[in-house]
Amino acid sequence: MPLEIQIEKKLADFALDVSFRADDGPLSILGASGAGKTMLLRCIAGLERPGRGRIALNERILFDSEQKIAVAARGRRIGLLFQNYALFPHRTVAENIAFGLHSLPPADRTLRITALIASTHLAGLEQRYPRELSGGEQQRAALARALAIEPEALLLDEPLAALDTHLRSQVEAQLQETFAAYRRPSLLVTHNIEEAYRLGEQLLVLSRGRIAAFGAKEEIFRHPPNAEVARLTGCKNISRARPNADGTIEALDWDCQLSARDASGKSPKYIGIRAHHIDFPDPSSEVISGRNVFPCWLVRRSETPFRITLFLSFVAPHGESSEYHLQAEVFKQKWRHFRDLPQPWRVQLAPESLFLMPD
Amino acid sequence: MDWSPLWISLATSLTATAVTLVVGLAASAWRESRTGPGAALIDGIFILPLVLPPTVVGFLLLLLFGRNGPLGKLLIRVGATIVFSWPATVIAATVVAFPLMYLTSRAALEQVDPHLIQAARTLGASEWRVFREVALPLAWPGILAGTILCFARALGEFGATLMLAGNIPGRTETIPIAIYFAVEANETQRAMVWCAIDVGISLVLLSALYYWTHAQHLHRQRLGYR
Repeated sequence: MPLEIQIEKKLADFALDVSFRADDGPLSILGASGAGKTMLLRCIAGLERPGRGRIALNERILFDSEQKIAVAARGRRIGLLFQNYALFPHRTVAENIAFGLHSLPPADRTLRITALIASTHLAGLEQRYPRELSGGEQQRAALARALAIEPEALLLDEPLAALDTHLRSQVEAQLQETFAAYRRPSLLVTHNIEEAYRLGEQLLVLSRGRIAAFGAKEEIFRHPPNAEVARLTGCKNISRARPNADGTIEALDWDCQLSARDASGKSPKYIGIRAHHIDFPDPSSEVISGRNVFPCWLVRRSETPFRITLFLSFVAPHGESSEYHLQAEVFKQKWRHFRDLPQPWRVQLAPESLFLMPD
Repeated sequence: MDWSPLWISLATSLTATAVTLVVGLAASAWRESRTGPGAALIDGIFILPLVLPPTVVGFLLLLLFGRNGPLGKLLIRVGATIVFSWPATVIAATVVAFPLMYLTSRAALEQVDPHLIQAARTLGASEWRVFREVALPLAWPGILAGTILCFARALGEFGATLMLAGNIPGRTETIPIAIYFAVEANETQRAMVWCAIDVGISLVLLSALYYWTHAQHLHRQRLGYR
């Protein structure tokens, strides 16, 4: 395995305690702020020393508390992209990229810099200072500098967090291009669910210093292993659950009986459904008695330019109560079809969209 | 009028500043990577000459470099005596000016964004290269300010110099010492001339320092340094 990590480190109010192996290719590390993501990267890069454990990169031991090995950051050959880019302000773009190429003969150095400038689309900016670059250009320069040392692994700390929204997609495209060419372990830390999904091939969910989920991103999103991961991957609807004797599931927080496909075979404790999977069957159709179809009332709503979030209750609202059971997300075109219909509306929680979680 | 005190003062201060710059930088770079009570004690020792009466510093130096002092004995063996010689003025000025250099260069180095230092390390740079190519160029304005301050302090040194170097006209008589002995000998006019020269040099230095600091501040703002 290219990158093997098994470390423990005490942090202010919890301990970072992770063990995983990262393959070649991008791995997204998703977690809330303060989950230990940045500390994990710093431990791998050699900027922080774990309390105990072992880090190996391509069979090369970088850290081993038992063998008392701790390779210094400068000897690890790991590229680290800082959240604030950390470009040297007193050096031009070319000089920044050249910093790690100190030991190369000048001719090779120039060749390498030229190639990196081209692959990160920085041509024409070689002689600029970091202050003269836009945020996206600074990001690319920092990426070129990190790649210059031909690192055996690449670590990216919130690479898009400091950028304006309109720059993000542009820089994201650059990162995707880089990941396509750089086939070595690349760990990308983010708290943005969509970024994590788009950029990573694999996904690791970190929660208070521990791995809550690790594996193929599609699988984790389709079927979160536990309620915590469901929440961290953006699931808005989670209810405590109890299996009934007839094979249906009782959703305790929603006060309804549901039929669902149980894949795990373990006794489920939670049931969930993503907001955009909640369906509103066509009122003109006759499928009133479809599976998991319930009457619902609108409590409140919140709009974005193209989509609308509906907060729904299974019981008729009384007085000022704004309590809701479900949060559904629909495109506005669809919403127009039923917005003016009399309530209660009918909502469907399709069995194939529901997922059960053992804890 | 004998102008030798001016040249002696300038030579002494320049030499002392050069020594302080090198030793002060080395000390702050060395200290940066250390923590704990031991390091705090070292800090205390380094800064002590700033708060001790110059006579105490002078007396301690006299004990150290005197005929029976540990360093004095060593130097006699190679045929050198420090006490009451020009090098003594340099030593006194260096010791007294050192804390200013140490404090300002530490402050300047600490202001450098630690992420830049760490980035340099992940790019494979040795600690020496990190210091020389990242920390030093970025901390340079603060270090230069410290150097000017050091020179001004060395120029004004009196007590420790008098105790260690005495008052030998043409050899160890610096401007402050010349003033003291001129006043004692009732040569008011001579004292006033030296006072004017001393005030003049110091004022020029301090104004230059403030002008420089301000210009640097604007420059850094423009550069977008953190």
